Amino acid sequence: MESTQLIIQLAYVVSAALFIFGLKLLGSAATARKGNLLSSVGMLVAIVAALLDKGIVEYQWIIAGVLVGGAIGAAAARLVQMTSMPEMVALFNGFGGMASLLVGAAALGTATNTFTLVTIVLSILIGGLTFTGSLIAWGKLSETIGSGAVMFRGQQVVNSLIVLAILASAVMFCLQPENPTWLYAVIGLSLLFGIMAVIPIGGADMPVVISLLNSYSGLAACAAGFAVNNNILIVAGSLVGASGIILTQIMCKAMNRSLSNVLFSGFGSVSSEETEIEGEIKPISVEDAYYVLEAASSVAIIPGYGMAVAQAQHVVKELTELLEKKGAEVNFGIHPVAGRMPGHMNVLLAEADVPYDQLLEMDDINPRMETVDVAIVIGANDVVNPAAREVESSPIYGMPVINVDSARTVFVLKRSMASGFAGIENPLFYKENTRMLFGDAKESIGGLIRELAG
Amino acid sequence: MEAVFLTFILMLSIFLGFELINKVPATLHTPLMSGANAISGITVVGAVSLAGTGQHDLANWLGAGAVALATINVVGGYLVTDRMLAMFKKKGG
Repeated sequence: MESTQLIIQLAYVVSAALFIFGLKLLGSAATARKGNLLSSVGMLVAIVAALLDKGIVEYQWIIAGVLVGGAIGAAAARLVQMTSMPEMVALFNGFGGMASLLVGAAALGTATNTFTLVTIVLSILIGGLTFTGSLIAWGKLSETIGSGAVMFRGQQVVNSLIVLAILASAVMFCLQPENPTWLYAVIGLSLLFGIMAVIPIGGADMPVVISLLNSYSGLAACAAGFAVNNNILIVAGSLVGASGIILTQIMCKAMNRSLSNVLFSGFGSVSSEETEIEGEIKPISVEDAYYVLEAASSVAIIPGYGMAVAQAQHVVKELTELLEKKGAEVNFGIHPVAGRMPGHMNVLLAEADVPYDQLLEMDDINPRMETVDVAIVIGANDVVNPAAREVESSPIYGMPVINVDSARTVFVLKRSMASGFAGIENPLFYKENTRMLFGDAKESIGGLIRELAG
Repeated sequence: MEAVFLTFILMLSIFLGFELINKVPATLHTPLMSGANAISGITVVGAVSLAGTGQHDLANWLGAGAVALATINVVGGYLVTDRMLAMFKKKGG
């Protein structure tokens, strides 16, 4: 091995070690920032090393690409609202996929054997479906397109045909790499498949989809690494792939559903059986809610996607401070699938300066729920639905939920009585100890703050 | 042999990835994902070697496009992750 090559390869080893150590430091909130920094240094080392490659004779293309990409990336990172993080991550997944597709296609010129051709097909395929799938996910998250599940008759048949066509063109491509028709077919079909795979998945299932696409973007990089014979792409790509798969598993478990059920069933179309719910809805005014809250010594707040929509995280923090000043203990209960991506609520509350040791996971808050005086549900629905425990015919039966109904009093902040995304009735609203505080979450909390402060 | 060697690396990194990521607390799952976004921008390394070979225009264009897209991931991913992680504070800290 000549010396430049040796230096490059050694730099990749250093870079891989930095990625791994960076991810290790991400295991605790106290060291996570340092971990991210280490990981970025690893990336810098890898890029500088790659630029040393003697094969590179023209730098203007690379410089142009880096300038354009760097400017867009930096602007996006500075400007994005924390409530829009799911959209941003979805878009970035897509860019990663597209980059791998392009690398795969560009590597075709140097491909010599069938193994390389197979890996080229894989990087194009995974990259392509990650790209369009992520664009659809982004559209659904940002409500650019409807966030509901799109189902039509014969959908499974159409998808199966697409998969068969992909397999056929992939095989033909490997057999006749000099015929560009098969290459275009693989590209076109993988782009189409990404669209078809994500349209039947509804908004509330987005945490699963984003995690899965995150994993795919890593696997696409991995396949591109095989195509251009590069170790660091394989190592980094598979780390990302593993991370996405783990998050996908956690999300599925938190919804008590299998991955195939999420991907193929279209949750939104489930029609629940008419179940008789006993009891009546008891609305409460802000003033009355204040009297109950003032006497509470232990309060639990359970946020959901509605808090993000109402941008209510800052007023929630204000409410928390006022309650603590009055001597109450305030905790947050975070369900794994609250929001539109893993950890969505935690980031929003961190933005509002809520310390992370106040954010309890579902399994930590549930045992304490019986000692809680007031549980405040803000914009969450399915994740606090007791039907998951009690009603066997419910589509969410078996899903682990936060048991707010064991608290002495439950306030549910809700815009209206329309049912949640899944269209499932929530018996919580009819329970003896539940009071409904109707209206915009931000305004309702603002009202409570005025009462408490005044 | 090259293919076997690369597959070996793949296998080990996937297992290592599972071990590492399993230890990340739920609080940090969003920064984990955006950080993973940044790492998946590693494709930029493959892209630079293709963008600058000067062989033919198409490879240059594809390479430059890939460099741009992957750089968005790298720069955007690391910056936004840092921005998020800076907000995570301990009580009283």
